[in-house]
Amino acid sequence: MQVRRALESDHVAGWALAFPAVFLIVVFGIVPIVWSAIMSFQRTNLLAPPVWVGLENYRALPKDPLFKTAVTHSIIYTVLFVPLSVAGGLVTAVALNRKIRGVRFYRTAVFVPVVVSTIATAIMFLWLFDPNFGLANWLLGKVGLGPYGFFDSVNGALYSIVGMTVWGWIGFDVIIYLAALQGIPQELVEAAEIDGAGKWGLFRSVTVPLLGPATLFLVVWSTINALQLFDEVFFLTRGGPGTATYVVVFYLYELAFSQGIAGYAAAIAYVLFAAILVLTIVQLLIGKRTVYYAS
Amino acid sequence: MTDQPIAATAREVERSEKRERRFLFSAWHLVLIPIAIAMLIPLVWMLVTSVQTLNETRQYPPTLVPHTVQWQNYSDVLRLAPFGQWFLNTMIVTVTVVIANLLLCSLAGYAFARIKFFGREVVFILVLATLMIPFQVVMIPTFLIVRKLGLIDTLGALIVPNLASAFGIFLLRQFFRTLPVELEEAARIDGASRLGVLFKIVLPLSGPALATLAVITFLWTWNDFLWPLITIYSPSHFTLQLGLTTFQGAHQTATNLLMAANVMSIIPVLVLFFVAQRYFIRGIATTGLK
Repeated sequence: MQVRRALESDHVAGWALAFPAVFLIVVFGIVPIVWSAIMSFQRTNLLAPPVWVGLENYRALPKDPLFKTAVTHSIIYTVLFVPLSVAGGLVTAVALNRKIRGVRFYRTAVFVPVVVSTIATAIMFLWLFDPNFGLANWLLGKVGLGPYGFFDSVNGALYSIVGMTVWGWIGFDVIIYLAALQGIPQELVEAAEIDGAGKWGLFRSVTVPLLGPATLFLVVWSTINALQLFDEVFFLTRGGPGTATYVVVFYLYELAFSQGIAGYAAAIAYVLFAAILVLTIVQLLIGKRTVYYAS
Repeated sequence: MTDQPIAATAREVERSEKRERRFLFSAWHLVLIPIAIAMLIPLVWMLVTSVQTLNETRQYPPTLVPHTVQWQNYSDVLRLAPFGQWFLNTMIVTVTVVIANLLLCSLAGYAFARIKFFGREVVFILVLATLMIPFQVVMIPTFLIVRKLGLIDTLGALIVPNLASAFGIFLLRQFFRTLPVELEEAARIDGASRLGVLFKIVLPLSGPALATLAVITFLWTWNDFLWPLITIYSPSHFTLQLGLTTFQGAHQTATNLLMAANVMSIIPVLVLFFVAQRYFIRGIATTGLK
């Protein structure tokens, strides 16, 4: 009897403590996930009662030229952003991971952009990349380049966004890599040095492999974020000039909230989710075969 | 006691080594200086422009050193747009969300970490699953739910859906599980209630984890853009990020004012960053690497 009461009170206590947070997560997390799946099989504009259309939304996707454009741009952006930010983060972290004069200052300089919002970053770069009065064109002019139209140019807008977001995200990669670098056992480094490994050999054969888990995490994380690019595009270019920076989430937003084609937008959201899921699994599988876990 | 002198000598050696290292010029500076410059240029250029005259912003080549420092730009911004109101709105939303997350995620995190209750594993997996779903998937139905609740165009739309987070529950659960359970058991035997144990023993030991959650939640909420964009229409209910966007639209050509507004929007997170740098970095490092 005593035991049973105690058990019961554990159930009650556990649920009582977990309930408020779990309830909120169900209402604003689980329910929307299911609802959105249902919605992707409907025609709905968020106002009138929805109509069931089966797979129609998904069938329409491959025939939608704007969707194809958006996917292409998302892929180009991701393929550039991920390696640039991860490799840049690695080099910067390795450079920062030593006790040299002023290292605190360098670290702070690299970390600060991480806390600056996407909108604030975009406002800064809009000015920096101003085609007429911008500092970037002036500096590039000094070395004989440009002038460029940056966000205003059909050919350059997407690349300008890549550059800007690498600036904003690299500190994140550096923080992760620094944490991982500090976890590398000193004995391993010393052993390699005794075995006559040069600086480059040490970096390539000891440091980089030991950073494998961090690299894998950053590749997965950056890919997920890159495929969800929105704020910068919405604020800076609205997908333009023309459709030069139309990316998937911007298209989704336009469909759902400007044009009221919510069912179709939900289908795109699920395709995006599926793409992210598949990519993540593939990356993790590749990681499993290539990444070396020390512990 | 005998190792005291040895420790002291070791410390001295270390200190002299440190002194030596500090003044050493390393080849790594050649890598780090350009990186630091590239990282700082946008920020410094924003600061410089924020105190320029309108005329100076329209010069080419750019005016690198303003002739006078026009602080007045900052007061002009505050006069032209209700930045005070937007700041206040953002503060209300962010502080409420942070406090609610600390409380609700602590309660739930503790239950998941320490209490065996019916359905715990299944519920926990469901909570974790929501972490993997991109926001865009849930965005439209969440909008409809918030609309049903009558919260559209109120600060409640920004607060209510974010009162608890799967991330926070997960982070705190993981941390609570690293604490020695004996302390809690002893307190229970002494007659403390579950809540008593949580508030008097567990939470006082969880300072770093709570600080990490607070700082990360603050940053996410303060900087959020897409969700406020969808749910808030009236300028009097704008957050700073929305306000900045409209201010940019209305004063596109007044670059100096725009930069001043931008500086003001960044200062709060920057202050928090410098005060709680340790927790920021730990927070970011733990979001990914366990």
